[in-house]
Amino acid sequence: MTTPTTLFEKVWNDHVVREDAGAPAMLYVDLHLVHEVTSPQAFDGLRARGLRLRRPDHTVATMDHSTPTLPRKLAVVDPQGEAQLRKLKENCAEFGVSLYDLDSAEQGIVHVIGPELGITQPGRTVVCGDSHTSTHGAFGALAFGIGTSEVEHVLATQCLLQRKPKTLEVRIDGTLPRGVGAKDIILALIAKIGTGGATGHVIEYRGTVIDALDMEERMTICNMSIEAGARAGMIAPSEVTFTWLEGRRFAPKGDAWVAAVARWRGLKTDAGAKFDMSIHIDASTLEPMITYGTNPGMGIPVTGRIPGPESTENPAERAALGKALDYMGLASGSPIAGQRVDVVFIGSCTNSRIGDLRSAASILRGRKVAAGVRVLVVPGSKAIKAQAEAEGLDVVFRDAGAEWREAGCSMCIAMNGDQLSPGQYAVSTSNRNFEGRQGRGGRTFLASPLTAAAAAVTGSVVDPRTLMGGAS
Amino acid sequence: MTVEARVPFTTLASTYVVLPADNVDTDQIIPARFLKVIDKRGLGQNVFADWRLRPDGTPNPDFPLNRPDAEGAHILVAGVNFGCGSSREHAPWALVGWGLRAIVAPSFADIFRQNAMKNGLLPVEVDAVVHSRIVEARHVDAKVRLTVDLPAQTLTLSGGPSAHFDIDPFAKECLVHGVDELGYLLDRAADIERYEAKHP
Repeated sequence: MTTPTTLFEKVWNDHVVREDAGAPAMLYVDLHLVHEVTSPQAFDGLRARGLRLRRPDHTVATMDHSTPTLPRKLAVVDPQGEAQLRKLKENCAEFGVSLYDLDSAEQGIVHVIGPELGITQPGRTVVCGDSHTSTHGAFGALAFGIGTSEVEHVLATQCLLQRKPKTLEVRIDGTLPRGVGAKDIILALIAKIGTGGATGHVIEYRGTVIDALDMEERMTICNMSIEAGARAGMIAPSEVTFTWLEGRRFAPKGDAWVAAVARWRGLKTDAGAKFDMSIHIDASTLEPMITYGTNPGMGIPVTGRIPGPESTENPAERAALGKALDYMGLASGSPIAGQRVDVVFIGSCTNSRIGDLRSAASILRGRKVAAGVRVLVVPGSKAIKAQAEAEGLDVVFRDAGAEWREAGCSMCIAMNGDQLSPGQYAVSTSNRNFEGRQGRGGRTFLASPLTAAAAAVTGSVVDPRTLMGGAS
Repeated sequence: MTVEARVPFTTLASTYVVLPADNVDTDQIIPARFLKVIDKRGLGQNVFADWRLRPDGTPNPDFPLNRPDAEGAHILVAGVNFGCGSSREHAPWALVGWGLRAIVAPSFADIFRQNAMKNGLLPVEVDAVVHSRIVEARHVDAKVRLTVDLPAQTLTLSGGPSAHFDIDPFAKECLVHGVDELGYLLDRAADIERYEAKHP
């Protein structure tokens, strides 16, 4: 009888090319996603060594981080951003990489288009020079972010040297209350274990609540695994996964599809397999979540109060809390609800998919954005933009007074001109609330699309459940 | 462009700077607006830009790297989970560009640790007791030095005891000999071919 193994171990074991004593494993990469910000130095490295790209057929590029989200003819030309985009185009042409550039109908955020194209598949290893590569783990892939040196290693050899991470089971059972979704689950987990809580581990999300999530919700959860410090996050593929993937452009077809699904059904943790660590969350106890501080672990229910120094015995944590509240301009003990909001950003690889846009639109339909509040809605890909427009969601957003933009990372990383001004408060559906993340001096509250849309309407942090059920 | 020869890392003796913060994220180490580059050089001038410089571009005199006694220090001592956040290798490029060669902290984020070691920047993980001893010593004397001996895996405070630190033995070999991992992978191309033949 074979030893029971976890989902992670199955995918890992399938990809070990070689493992020498004392050295990390050589891990084979099935899919290498490339974008303009973390790749130019890697392509330069290949050229400097006179190396070819080993598997252009396993390499796919898009433009997302430095890309304008205004219609191209209106976009402010940023010479540095333009140079980066031009360099990516040249590198892809020289090395034979498929590129979904700004003119492509399939352009979008790298972690949105991988699944959309059907190249993110269960059991694959997926890497990208971007920490939110963990998103693809929602399909039962082993997916993680790498630095530019490693991008070069993968370009040249299709392999990475990796120590085997540990495993962390996150089991989420119970019944998800109304108004509580995937973003709230992951923010609650990070608030519980902290931004370093899963360092060195690959998380497997399991339990009845996870089983019931759709693919987009699963992607939202896996996406923010890195915010808990995890190497990757994974969810075992199920019928939900297969239904979502079937018929996508690069998904297997015909007999190959049948064979693939049969193989993918085996990608699950065996009964009796051991995890290095386990955490359990009862979803029934969760509420809509929001962050109040300067790292994603500083999260509370939207009905909660901002913690004070008495919330921790640890002097370093106490100092960090004081520093965070000082930056945020918030007072300990006051409710987070009612806090003024200047900007609402709905987008990013965490929450820019069609379900996220529908969720935001359910609040904004028939309502107006509060006076003085700027709302940006940035779809994750051109395909999502087209679908949203086919459903009339763009009209809902525009009628409410929101800006409807082109696909890209936009205000999540604020590299493209979409950014906060110093001192502004934003409710953002993105993944990081670090100081200055959305523009120097900007102050970010991370939340779900529902909570973000509710803040857009009221101009302040508000419990979205009070606005559910449509405009009165 | 030529392939850069990596400087071997054996021992380093230097004064040090304490950055008293936990969870220092890569957006602080180098804000995203400085990532719009296609080269890895010149990023040192942007390290900790939003903490080191005021909005008007003048140095913030309170930031530890700006204090006169930080001059010539090649070691930064910081709090837990240093380098959390994004995978940007621009973070170690910027730290190295500023002149730092080692970061001492109770823990590091995974991707940052990997990126640092690939750029000759040594992450030295120490326990809380050693960490506070180092921080305290710096409060008493800004001239106090730390010696990092990578082959021996020891960290020594001048006039104080040595502490052992752990490091991945493979990464250590690469650092000590100034070689990178790509050569190792390229030397094993036959294994990659065999794997690919079995996994079409």
